[in-house]
Amino acid sequence: MTENKLTAAIVGPGNIGTDLMYKLMRSEVVEPRWMIGVDPASEGLKLAAAQGLEASHEGVDWLLKQDVLPDLIFEATSAYVHREYAPRYEEAGIRAVDLTPAAIGPAVIPPVNGETHVDAMNVNMITCGGQATIPMVAAVSRVAPVSYAEIVASVSSMSAGPGTRANIDEFTRTTSAGVRDIGGATEGKAIIILNPAEPPMIMRDTIFCAADPDADRDAIIASVHAMEKAVQEYVPGYRLLQEPQLDEPSAATRGALKVSIFVEVEGAGDFLPPYAGNLDIMTAAAARVGDNIARSILAGGTK
Amino acid sequence: MNDLNTLTRTWSGTHGTEPFGEIDLRLTDTCLRDGSHHKRHQFTATEVHDIVEALDSSGIPVIEVTHGDGLGGSSFNYGFSRTPEQELIRIAAETAKRAKIAFLMLPGVGTKDDIRAAQDNGGQICRIATHCTEADTSIQHFGLARELGLETVGFLMMSHTQAPEVLAKQARIMVDAGCQCVYVVDSAGALIMEQTADRVAAVVAEIGDQADVGFHGHENLALGVANTVAAARAGATQIDGSVRRFGAGAGNTPLEAFIGVCDKLGWRTGVDFLQIVDASEDVIKPAMPEECELNRMTLMMGYAGVYSSFLKHAGNAAERYGVSGAKILLEAGRRKLIGGQEDQLIDIALLLKAEQDKQAANA
Repeated sequence: MTENKLTAAIVGPGNIGTDLMYKLMRSEVVEPRWMIGVDPASEGLKLAAAQGLEASHEGVDWLLKQDVLPDLIFEATSAYVHREYAPRYEEAGIRAVDLTPAAIGPAVIPPVNGETHVDAMNVNMITCGGQATIPMVAAVSRVAPVSYAEIVASVSSMSAGPGTRANIDEFTRTTSAGVRDIGGATEGKAIIILNPAEPPMIMRDTIFCAADPDADRDAIIASVHAMEKAVQEYVPGYRLLQEPQLDEPSAATRGALKVSIFVEVEGAGDFLPPYAGNLDIMTAAAARVGDNIARSILAGGTK
Repeated sequence: MNDLNTLTRTWSGTHGTEPFGEIDLRLTDTCLRDGSHHKRHQFTATEVHDIVEALDSSGIPVIEVTHGDGLGGSSFNYGFSRTPEQELIRIAAETAKRAKIAFLMLPGVGTKDDIRAAQDNGGQICRIATHCTEADTSIQHFGLARELGLETVGFLMMSHTQAPEVLAKQARIMVDAGCQCVYVVDSAGALIMEQTADRVAAVVAEIGDQADVGFHGHENLALGVANTVAAARAGATQIDGSVRRFGAGAGNTPLEAFIGVCDKLGWRTGVDFLQIVDASEDVIKPAMPEECELNRMTLMMGYAGVYSSFLKHAGNAAERYGVSGAKILLEAGRRKLIGGQEDQLIDIALLLKAEQDKQAANA
């Protein structure tokens, strides 16, 4: 710990790791000091070195051999890699914020349960689609029982890396679990679409909730607007495209009040292009979770 | 004349797909999958039983049964199934004496667990569909399907949006992943014959020595049969259609008409024309909510290159918000929406409504 900041290493100098670096450099409580990769030719490592970080292509093994270890590790590799290394981070007493779908630690959505797991050794960021949609499921479920929620995430093909493509089932499974467990729906479903349109489309998400037929309609709408503001605190380009749409209970809604919420997520453009709001909301959420952990520790919690 | 009637390739089952009699083209009827869109996913167990029985006894070798949007498609976004699709697959498999039952899955909508369940219920052919630039999202599913011993088919959807060489590369990804037949899929019914032939020929050139090539057409510009004949001449050996066009948009290639055309051309399908025509009138027609027709909505889909299954959803949104359904479809084409983005039609309808309200206020 240096003065009033926790030190951090980013493992994985790809698009996500590099974008995260720029966001962490603006943090008041986290100092990104290391960027760790495995490829000496990595562009991300060069950019990190240029920003004054210690950049190594010798992997986590190198990092864990250093005299001074980071307080925090942000994992931006793959679920496979993180599953392998997570136990070693914990052994070394390093907190991990996991941006892969490894789902070892509890899942965190900043405006829903951002403070709940500040003491956990490992927290997981679910998926980009989860970060973009689960806040809205929670916005509805905190004012009305939600028996089923379904999210549809449309992202630009350009923003979906090889990891996502090879493991698209992990996306749907992890996201639907998050819709249920953190969103507060009894049952969750997730759908992802990769659209190759040029110019690339900005991430769009639709959230459908089957709410209790007697739910307070005004309370749902107010809660959705309040949640939009809460997410905008860390993702300014997160916005409702339309007023939430309410369809009164019918056979087509299977007897529920159907709430449809349409959002767009435009990224901050730190390193990734603005259309890649799906990646931006991951890095922004991870940076926010890192800040929460740091504040908790700096406020006198244990490291 | 003989030159035109001769096929460049015929289906022989040599790519690991099991042979089914002495035929040149292997047909798949998809009214119980693509027709699910037209039926708003309301098939009953009895309808599925009766249709499978009729198609099977006519000699149709493959029958596809699933929610229109594939396994796991039952949802707010695509419409909920009246009868669970896995139950329909089981009924189809129990009913068919000769035909194989195929099922569809879209990575991002369904998962590997759904594939396993479909096989447990008697599904034998796993058809995996991606947008035609996103084949690499299907690799894990082809891997699993082959491991399970399922026959595999890949769908390159919205093929009109990409050049033949792009489709060939995407087909290669599917075949390398374990796909035994890649379909050029004209999801929007927007291809014209030469464009169909060029695309099929490019895919055959790339993968023809290792896998079959198929064609799946729609009728939005009334070219289903013509496109399918062009595809067969260019080397497609597996062919989709739906008896009575029973499919999304203006429907699929009318399979009974194509079978008649094949008889005329001397191409063997193994299907009895008289029997399939009877099935069309006596069994398929009563199960259809209405005929699949060319109208301003479905024509717009072919014209603007819009995914055929958007039809009913655009109609719903148009009715709900009092705007033009045709305009919704045009905007969907302009936005380059792809299969699966049905949710965006509501957003478009709301924007059209806002525009309409503004004009009314100014008038």
